[in-house]
Amino acid sequence: MSDLSKGAAAPRSVSSNKLRCYGSWIATAIALLALPSIFSSAGSLTTFSLIGISIIFSLSYNILLGQTGMLSFGHAVYYGLGGFLAIHGMNLIAGSKLPVPLPLVPLIGGVAGLFFAATLGWVPTRRSGTAFAMISLGVAELVASSSLILRSFFGGEAGISANRTKLMRVFDWNFGPQIQIYYLVAFWTLIAGIAMYALTRTPLGRMCNAVRDNPERVQFVGYDPHVIRFLAFCFAGFFAGIAGALAAINFEIANAAYLGAAQSGVVLFATYIGGVRFFIGPIIGAILVTYLSLALSDLTAVWQLYFGLFFIAVVMFAPGGITGLLMKHRPLVRAGTLVSVLRAYLLALVPTLTIIAGLILAIEIVVRHTVNAGQDPYTKAFGVHFNAASPLIWLLAVALIIGGFVVARRTWQWVGKAWDEGLKAAREKGFHA
Amino acid sequence: MTSPAVELRGVQKSFGNTSVIRDVNLTVVKGERHALIGPNGAGKSTLFNLISGYMIPTVGSILLKDEVVSGLPPYQINRRGLSRSFQVSNVFANMSVWENIRCALLWATGHRYAFWKNIDSLPEVRERTAQILQDIDLVSRRDLPAGLLAYAEQRTLEIGITIAGGADVILLDEPTAGMSRAETERAVALIRRLTESCTLLIVEHDMSVVFGLADRISVLVYGQIIASGTPEEIRGNPQVKEAYLGQEAG
Repeated sequence: MSDLSKGAAAPRSVSSNKLRCYGSWIATAIALLALPSIFSSAGSLTTFSLIGISIIFSLSYNILLGQTGMLSFGHAVYYGLGGFLAIHGMNLIAGSKLPVPLPLVPLIGGVAGLFFAATLGWVPTRRSGTAFAMISLGVAELVASSSLILRSFFGGEAGISANRTKLMRVFDWNFGPQIQIYYLVAFWTLIAGIAMYALTRTPLGRMCNAVRDNPERVQFVGYDPHVIRFLAFCFAGFFAGIAGALAAINFEIANAAYLGAAQSGVVLFATYIGGVRFFIGPIIGAILVTYLSLALSDLTAVWQLYFGLFFIAVVMFAPGGITGLLMKHRPLVRAGTLVSVLRAYLLALVPTLTIIAGLILAIEIVVRHTVNAGQDPYTKAFGVHFNAASPLIWLLAVALIIGGFVVARRTWQWVGKAWDEGLKAAREKGFHA
Repeated sequence: MTSPAVELRGVQKSFGNTSVIRDVNLTVVKGERHALIGPNGAGKSTLFNLISGYMIPTVGSILLKDEVVSGLPPYQINRRGLSRSFQVSNVFANMSVWENIRCALLWATGHRYAFWKNIDSLPEVRERTAQILQDIDLVSRRDLPAGLLAYAEQRTLEIGITIAGGADVILLDEPTAGMSRAETERAVALIRRLTESCTLLIVEHDMSVVFGLADRISVLVYGQIIASGTPEEIRGNPQVKEAYLGQEAG
């Protein structure tokens, strides 16, 4: 019974929340420090660095999408401009022998992102929704096309490069080896992550959520939603600039691809897949999408197609993203009714995986036949060899899809039933979220 | 006579060729509880939208505490001490009840667009939020998303958001619409208690609420105020009877 009343309305104690918050950041810092001793290969260090950059970028994007309810199609503009300014900054620092060490260069990117967000952001943030999305797309196209026109600044198609080892040294680190870059990225990821989390816990951060939920009502409690959106936009630009600068440091080059539509798409993709409603969502999305894009491209030639399908599946079946999906189970976990749902999941998993296997097989043989027609029909995808010309393989794909679908429909009904019962029991016990 | 809290001078509002509000002159004296009644479509909500800055009058001016506010955006009018509720609950649906109230008083407590203060270490914000939550009797719903509240609770939260900032002029748009008798009585007691030291302008359909709560009543029919006076005067006014009360009784 005591549990019951607690679940309904326990006023969370501020100090215990604080402790948990500090604890998780310290744990994250230790994990970041320890990571290279577990995975020490150069390849995994590069992967980690890219993931860290992607985390900052996705979190900055979520200040717009998840926190303030603004769907931007041009967030890479601030990432890219941050990257370019960082490259120019590095060249200037190295050329004039200025006493600025490399770890401070991301700040150049951040200030650049902030500056451009502040100058380009006032007009689009007047409106949210479709108008904002369209204007952000327009601004992105404008900047992306000017990057190919203003060659002296953007370096045309080749881009501009810099040498990160030529800056003032600290502690005898020249930032040549990837491990040093990893620590630089990890440091900034932690700092930017803490800063962006702290931002959500400020009056402005809370009002961003209010603007997301109901911009009309915000006006009647004394706030100008335009100013809130604009400030959120500036912060998003600042942190995107930091991410762009880190990417520029990592690759020692900045080019037009940094601020293009594809880059803007990837960050939307990662953030949405991770889940926009929770702070940790974009972090999970960034890890997953970065890792998958590196891993899948080794496994199959049409990895972008799988990405697209995955995105559609998330939008359709888990609109809250991966984090949203996991968090939906929280009331069940608290009420102890998760087990029956998990059992149903396990049952549904087998036919669902069968459909997926069938789909993958179908895609791979179709690709083989259309893209590489007339070549050797023996092919390899996901580490499996098969003969794309064999009718048996085609039959197998069709059978897997249809058979899997027939069984899966049944099992998903069971999942739905188990889910409803579990949730009902949880609600009765007073666990709503 | 005490000074007016809200004053409308020759206010007109037209949408295209249709005038919804026609030459309205209305004075709400400081500290009074003023009810606005009238049949459906008379323009009561439009009048609220004009006073609160949601719409701009086509002709005429609106004064809040002797200062012209017509033409100002809603947040400017709110900062000058006027707060309104909505006929259809207009809360922050995905945020908890606690956060709804807290957002409603952040500006008034002077924290504005601050991004350098931790919201949890603002004791006056916390205390005031807790106080209002207690006042509107939603403490037990504290952590529930506002969108999951029962209808009457959402209406109560709506009132809570409206009064949270401590505005001294409160506009309530049909606060008891759709409530049961018991819920209505509770809501009226709540409104009476929470707006004790305020000027109140209220739109209401429930005549028992109107006559029980209001010091003065104005009757709006087809965008015009046809009568304004004490409840007794309004009850005895033949024009009002014909246009409005008569229909109700008949």
